[in-house]
Amino acid sequence: MAESFWLIPLIPALSALGLALFGTKISRKWISTQACLAVLFSFVLSLAAFIHLLRTPSGSPPLTKVLLPWISSGSFSAPLAFSFDALAAVMCLVVTGVGLLIHIYSIGYMADDRSYARYFAQLNLFTFFMLVLVLASNIVLMFVGWEGVGLCSYLLIGFWFERPTAAKAGMKAFVVNRVGDAGFILGILFLVLAVGSPDFARINASAAGGALGPGLVTLVAILLFVGAVGKSAQIPLYVWLPDAMEGPTPVSALIHAATMVTAGVYMVVRLNGLYSASPVAGSVVAVGGAVTAVFAATMALVQTDIKKVLAYSTISQIGYMFIGCGVGAYAAGMFHLATHAFFKSLLFLAAGSVIHALSGEQDVRRMGGLRKYLPRTFPVFLAGALAISGIPLLSGFFSKDAILTSAFANGHYAVWGLGLAGVVLTAFYMFRLVFLIFYGEERLSPEARHHIHESPRVMTTPLIVLAALSVFAGYIGLPAVVGHKADLFGRFLEPVARAAAEPVSAAIEWNLILLSTVAAVGGLFIAYLFYIRQPAVPGRLAARLPRLYKLLVGKYYVDEFYDAVIVRPAVRGSKLVYGHFDLKIIDGALDGSATAADAAGRGFSRLQTGLIKDYALAFFLGVIFFIGFVLLLKT
Amino acid sequence: MIPGQAFFILAIILFVLGVVAFFVKRDLLTQFMAVEVMLNAGNLAFLALAKASGRAEAQVIVFFVLTVAAAEAVVGMAIVLHVFRRKKTVRTEDASELKG
Repeated sequence: MAESFWLIPLIPALSALGLALFGTKISRKWISTQACLAVLFSFVLSLAAFIHLLRTPSGSPPLTKVLLPWISSGSFSAPLAFSFDALAAVMCLVVTGVGLLIHIYSIGYMADDRSYARYFAQLNLFTFFMLVLVLASNIVLMFVGWEGVGLCSYLLIGFWFERPTAAKAGMKAFVVNRVGDAGFILGILFLVLAVGSPDFARINASAAGGALGPGLVTLVAILLFVGAVGKSAQIPLYVWLPDAMEGPTPVSALIHAATMVTAGVYMVVRLNGLYSASPVAGSVVAVGGAVTAVFAATMALVQTDIKKVLAYSTISQIGYMFIGCGVGAYAAGMFHLATHAFFKSLLFLAAGSVIHALSGEQDVRRMGGLRKYLPRTFPVFLAGALAISGIPLLSGFFSKDAILTSAFANGHYAVWGLGLAGVVLTAFYMFRLVFLIFYGEERLSPEARHHIHESPRVMTTPLIVLAALSVFAGYIGLPAVVGHKADLFGRFLEPVARAAAEPVSAAIEWNLILLSTVAAVGGLFIAYLFYIRQPAVPGRLAARLPRLYKLLVGKYYVDEFYDAVIVRPAVRGSKLVYGHFDLKIIDGALDGSATAADAAGRGFSRLQTGLIKDYALAFFLGVIFFIGFVLLLKT
Repeated sequence: MIPGQAFFILAIILFVLGVVAFFVKRDLLTQFMAVEVMLNAGNLAFLALAKASGRAEAQVIVFFVLTVAAAEAVVGMAIVLHVFRRKKTVRTEDASELKG
């Protein structure tokens, strides 16, 4: 069964094709059943391949399947080939596992939507492309998946395209990602030129072996990181992700929290040989991640849209993953990717459940006191919030701690400090959300109050599974102080991503753990003070620091800045080019050639008199001319 | 004994007569007959050639021409008939719909 791992991406693709072709002809029940079954099959196959991988001794080559030769030119060849190693196993399990739960949740969430088949077809298509991305054995095929998930992201953000904001948000996501992809494509080109092969194993081997010059390695690594910055919504290309919340909430959970946005992290880990070979690029990744982690967290502090808070939180958490990758702790970065996939999709889905309960209300200022109305949503949301905040013994604590410890151990003290500050902010904004939604006085609109109801079982069951994962997933990657063998996750990834972290003494590590615990609990406590004990404090603080408050609410005016510096000049330039070049030169040339053809036709049509005699005369003269010509040639 | 050139001269005269008749006359039927005259002038020239060279190939070609002329007559007459049915006239000036 493990040998048929190459079917993992193909099953959702087939299902998507079926839904796209026949979606309007089959019943809603069948549509959702088919979509969920396809992902379930992929999950089962992933599990089988994973178990196979656990049983094979480490060091043996990964399962590889060449489906077709694809691009082949001279010595360069990029086949359609999948390979299943430890890294791909983690990603496959996350994508199909979390994906399955979100598919099931969608049955309830999208129950009343008109475009049921389109939704599930696109969700399955996304699963296919994401699995191609993680299973590809060369960077060119990975790029196909990379662009494919971008396409599905665009389609699903603009799923409710009747809303102009949704259509615009989809477009924004697509265009911003183009900027990153330009860097990514350049990186691929340089890499293929230098290595001569797009194969990941070859790339990592030649980078680690020093076959590429240090300058080239840094250039390629940074160009590829530009692509990752676009896809994973880091500074300065993060602006599309908050807008992407226009899509349906399960989409936000699957694509814009758990899987697609973490593709950049996956890419860096996949090419860890390259990033390890360039300390400069590593520092860029780590510092970029750390700055993003804090920057995005500050914007999450004052947002009032429940999904926007979670979006900024996602940007911030991906920053943590990049810290891990940048300091060489690839396994820690992947670990945080996996735990984040659990607790962030949990938070999104629980937020979706709240929104569902309140008939579409997303503004936390019109929530409050929902604890007693949503008895199943509240505890799972709380579990997710505790996990992401890094409260000890929950999954987020272990993964975030692994990253921060590695950053500290490798001497990136500034990065570590920023990460620690981010922990305080994370705990604060998450519990601000919890307290505003579930505690305090009710600020519901009368209409939402009238319709309030707990979500159906089909929505809450996936939440409970995800909550269990969020709470317990941390125990597969315990910190080194508990014993080296305790980090099962890191040891599993060892064949793919060597742990580069230098060990620190147990005393230092305990202190680091203590510090991050204090940070997390501190953030939680401040939120408690602000929103439970002294609800007037936030308002007074905002009044006391009006400039800072406005800056945060205005999201640092980055969107306005881009609009003024890039978008509007581009639009103005396009209009200019359109007016002068398109309309005058291109259209002019086209119209000119048409006019010329028309005039020529009119002129020559005079020769057609319709009189047989004229034709006969022309024929006769032609024959005489021809005979004369032949005679002339003869003499 | 008639000299061989005489046949050629007759053929040329017949051909020129056909050409002139084709351009001078205005109704399809007469023009059609002019074409037949031209064809037969050609045939005569072939026969004269066959006699002068003493070879049989030219005579074979004459049979070809006769066959083609028969087919042409069928098609041509059918066209004339149709033109007449439509227009109640066979004057070529009246059938000039293909004017550009």
